[in-house]
Order: sequence, then structure tokens, then C-alpha cells
Amino acid sequence: MIKIVKRDQPSRTIFFLTPVLAIILTLFAGGLIFYVLGFKPFEALKFFFIVPIADMYGFSELLLKATPLCLIAIGLSFCFKSNNWNIGAEGQLTFGAIVSGGVALLFYNQEGFYILPIVILAGAIGGMLYASIPAILKTYFNTNEILVSLMLVYVSKLILDYLVVGPWSNPEGFNFPETRQFSESARLPILFEGLRIHAGIFLALAAVVVSWFIFYKTYLGFQMKVSGFSLKTAKYAGYKGKKMIILVFLISGACAGLAGVGEITGPIGQLHREVSPDYGFTAIIVAFLGRLHPVGIIFASLIVAITYLGAETAQIFMQIPKYTGQVFQGMILFFLLASDYLLFFKIKFTGSKN
Amino acid sequence: MIDINFVGLIITSIMASAVPLILASCGELITERSGVLNLGVEGMMIIGAISGFALMTVTGSLFIAVIGAMLAGILISTIFAFLTQTLITNHVATGLALTIFGIGISAMIGKNFVGIPGKEFPVLFESLKETIPFLSPILFGHSIVFYFAFALPFITNYFLKKTKIGLIVRAVGDSPVSASNQGINVKLVRYSCILYGGAMCGLAGAYLSMIYTPQWIENMTGGRGWIALALVVFSTWNPIKILIGAMIFGGLTIIQFHMQAVGVRIPVQFLTALPYIVTIVVLVVISRDSRKIRLSTPSSLGKSFYKDN
Repeated sequence: MIKIVKRDQPSRTIFFLTPVLAIILTLFAGGLIFYVLGFKPFEALKFFFIVPIADMYGFSELLLKATPLCLIAIGLSFCFKSNNWNIGAEGQLTFGAIVSGGVALLFYNQEGFYILPIVILAGAIGGMLYASIPAILKTYFNTNEILVSLMLVYVSKLILDYLVVGPWSNPEGFNFPETRQFSESARLPILFEGLRIHAGIFLALAAVVVSWFIFYKTYLGFQMKVSGFSLKTAKYAGYKGKKMIILVFLISGACAGLAGVGEITGPIGQLHREVSPDYGFTAIIVAFLGRLHPVGIIFASLIVAITYLGAETAQIFMQIPKYTGQVFQGMILFFLLASDYLLFFKIKFTGSKN
Repeated sequence: MIDINFVGLIITSIMASAVPLILASCGELITERSGVLNLGVEGMMIIGAISGFALMTVTGSLFIAVIGAMLAGILISTIFAFLTQTLITNHVATGLALTIFGIGISAMIGKNFVGIPGKEFPVLFESLKETIPFLSPILFGHSIVFYFAFALPFITNYFLKKTKIGLIVRAVGDSPVSASNQGINVKLVRYSCILYGGAMCGLAGAYLSMIYTPQWIENMTGGRGWIALALVVFSTWNPIKILIGAMIFGGLTIIQFHMQAVGVRIPVQFLTALPYIVTIVVLVVISRDSRKIRLSTPSSLGKSFYKDN
């Protein structure tokens, strides 16, 4: 007989074990889907998860994709920990890219050490500005932040589209939907010759360290934890709820904006129509898979980044549609949420009925 | 001089673009009224769209395709129901996962259906289309799904206000604990409401891929699912107001085409962004009065209910 018993306290071991369980279940289910679609499951999984990172170039690509995911997820963890559902990081990334790209274009024919810091700062400010919209509407007009932040994603992508097709398009670019190339001084330096990984990774690592410090060593981190646990308790303790909502949105927006900077000033070096393959949405999964913990998020961003690379490799070698990546991402979150059941409930195997 | 028939034509096209919004919103409204917030509308719609189109192409039967799309919506919402109701997961995160998963899997299934032309969907009362100027084209010559969509808000309203099951749904949404104490099976009610929402979103998707623009395009729902979610808030959980809201949003979509045709010099991106911006403005206006929104929101919306046995 199987009996389900409620735990007195959520299990801490299981809290960190379930993400691993979720990944294993996802691989299993993914293999099953490949089988149903008529692909050899083991070969497909190999092309999806092992082949893409088998050499140095692949590993550099992995870090390249994990960088924005990690940055954004770190920012989102501030929101999610305090019960603020910012799901528009994709928009904040895009707007950050627009602002920093605009600044970089101002300096397109200049060189100087001061340009890159200004460009980076502009991206963070852009992301913050864009994140402040749902935050202010939530705090002062009681508006649902989920819907507002999401609608703003569509708006930001249309603004970007307008700019790169219209006023900001490269005058010598034969009407391609892209801007001029930024000057070398506005570019994040590439770390290794021949690879694409760039200095943006240090921004992500800095975010990890800073967020860890804020979460576990400051009063603000403690307030966030309490508010996330129970808004009533937070109110009773006299925390300034509105200020905190705006603050976590600003942090989250800044991180997403920085991810946007990395996307345009890294390997590409110009603004074009699609600055991000939905990193802002995928980072939500990364944040959960990493248990909203800075170190967990590093691992989660690497794992989820593989789904991006794997989708590309599997498409090239096995004609598996690239959207399989999203299927895997959705499944990871499904299985993670499902296995959270084990946090609160114990499954007991008792003897037979009699 | 404005051509009256042209105005009629515009109204008809506004109504046609409102159909998927009405269907999905009315479905989600029932789900939310039972206390469940399902953010997977976009995912369920896109699954319905590809299922309907694929079944139509493979079987050749429009009937099987429409029913199949609704069943596909039910099937995918079962995942959401099982997770949120049986495994007590967070509604917001689960709904997001559903949308991401749905968009991915629909594109996977749909890769063999890109570029295949759709079939003509039969319309009702075609012979009456020429009888009265202006009114006839608005009233006659539409698909059965179109008529169903415009009846649905009234049916939903009647269901919630006048039937016993409707009362039970509202009771579960407003106070699951007391409903449970009254002997109502909260889990069963919520499961049913989630699956019903899935069916309506599936139908909304099928309308898009089989009737509105009869073809399969990746990501063809294009954010309509999210606008449908916003419409539920806009309506303050009142089905009749969904009808009004859907017409406004349908109108914004259609105006965009006509302004381009007339040659109004506004960037096309601004016009495309208009529905999203208007949604935000409307949400702000509706939500500003926190007391009013609290009175009309189902009290347990988005909160899990767990009964210890």
C-alpha cells in the first residue's frame, strides 16, 4: 500500500534534490517524445545535450547563452522571492538594448575608454525605466503586474522594430533592418581569440555575488524573504511594501537591461530586429530551476542554455525542429513544480492492506 | 458621403476578429470564477490552432477537426489541472510553463503543415446576405463558431447567475473552505472548470487556423491569449462586459489595417502596439478602484486549496 502523508516541515534535502529529479524526468520524457516523433531517442538526446558542448567552441557558446539567462534570472529572483510576478524581463532586456544601443550609436565614430561604461550604464538604466512601469502601476494603481509587464514585451519589440527599420537604420546599410556597427570602444571585449564568449560573463558573475550578499547578509534580503513568505507578516512588521516592490522591479530591470547590453555589444555589435531569442522568458524557468538561489541559478542557466544549443544542433544533424528546445524548457518547469509535491508530502510504502 | 455597406463590412470584420477573444475569455472566466488562475491561455489556444488545422488536413472533416481542437485544449489543460489541483503547484508558474510548452509543441507538430492551404469553412444563412443593406452582412453568412461565440457571453452569464452548478462554481471560487464544508467537492469543480476553459481556448485557436486565417503559421495566436486574459480583468469577471471589451480590441486590430490602407502616416509598429498599450491603460483605469476590484474578483483566485483527509 502506498500512503501519502503531509510533512510537518518542508524537507531541505528534497528542496535541492528536486531540480535534479526534474532534469532526469525531462530527459526521460524528451526521449519519449523523440521516439513518438520517429527519431532514435538516444541519438537525438546525444545530439541535443552532448554533441553541442563537446569542444571548446561549443563550451564557449554554452557560456555565451548562459550569461544572459543567469543575469536575468538573478534579477527575477529578487522579484519572485518577494512575491512580485515580473514576467516581462524580455521587454526590459529589449528596452535596455535599445537605450544602450542608442547611446553606442551616438559614439559610432569615436573611440575612448569612457564609452563602454556609459553604454553599459545606459542599458541598465533602460531596463530599470522599463521595469518601473509595471512597478509603479502595481504600487500606485493596483494594476496586475503580470499582464502589464507582459504587454510591455510586445511594445518594446515593436519600438525596436520601428527604430532599426526607420530612424536608426544604417544610412549605408542598403535598407537592411539594422543600425550602424558600434565603434570598437563600445564593444564588450571578446575573451579568447576565435571564440565568441565576451566580458559580459563578468557582469553575470558580479550579479551572482552581489545578489548572494543582498539575500543573505542584508536587512533588505530578510525583508524580501518575509514578504515573499507572508505579505501580512511583512505589513505587521512595518516594512515599506511599496518601496520594496519598486526596488525589486528596478533591480530585476537593471539585470535584464544588462543582459540586453551583452547581446548587442558582444559578438553582434549593432542593433537589429531580434536582440534576444526569448531569453527573458526562459530566464523565468532558470530562476525557478535554480531555486531562486544565486549559486543554483548558475547551474540552472548552464543546463537551460544547453536546450538552446541542442535545439540548433539537433535541427542541423537530425532535422528535429528547433522548437524542441522550448518543449524541453516547458517540461523542466512542469516536472520541477510537480516534484515540489515531495517537499510537502511524504510517500510511505506500508505493508499490504491486511 | 460614407458608404453604409463599407461601414457594415468594417463592423463585420471587427466582430470576426473579436471571436477568438470572446471564446478564450469566456472559458478563462469560468476557470477564474472557480478560483483558478490559468495563465496558459496562449498555450492552449495555439495547441487548439495546430490540432484543428492538422486534423482538418489529415481527416478532411471539419467536424472532427473542431471537436479535436477542443479535446486537445482539454488534454493540455489536464496537465495544468493535475499539477495545480492534485500536486498543489503554484498557478502562475504552472500556467507560464503551459504557455511555453504549448508554443514549442505546436511548432513541432506544425512543421509538416506550414504552407498547406486551408479549407473553406461552411457559413450559415448565406442566402439572406443580400436582403437588407448594412444589417444583413453583419447578421448573416458566418460560421457556426462565430454565432456560438456571440451567444457564449449570454450563456455564461445565465449559467453563473441562474443555474445551481453556476452557483457552486462561484461558491468554490469565493470560499473553497465553506464550499467544501457544505459537501462540495472543490477539486472536482475546479478540475471541470479548468478543462472547460481548455476546451474554449482550443476552440478559439481552431477558429484562428481554420476560419479566420485558414492556414498554419508558427506562433499564429500572436499574444491573443494574453489579451484574452486581460479582458477577463477588464470585464471585472462579468461575461457581458467581455463582449464589449472583445469588440473594442477587435476594433483596434481592424482599424490598424484600414488606417494603413487609407495611407495614414503613422508608423505601422505604433498601430500594432496600440492594442497592448490600450490594454495597459484600461487595466490601470479598471484596477485603480481597489475596493471595486476586490469586490468583483473571485476571493480565492490563484490560491491553492488543500484538504487534509
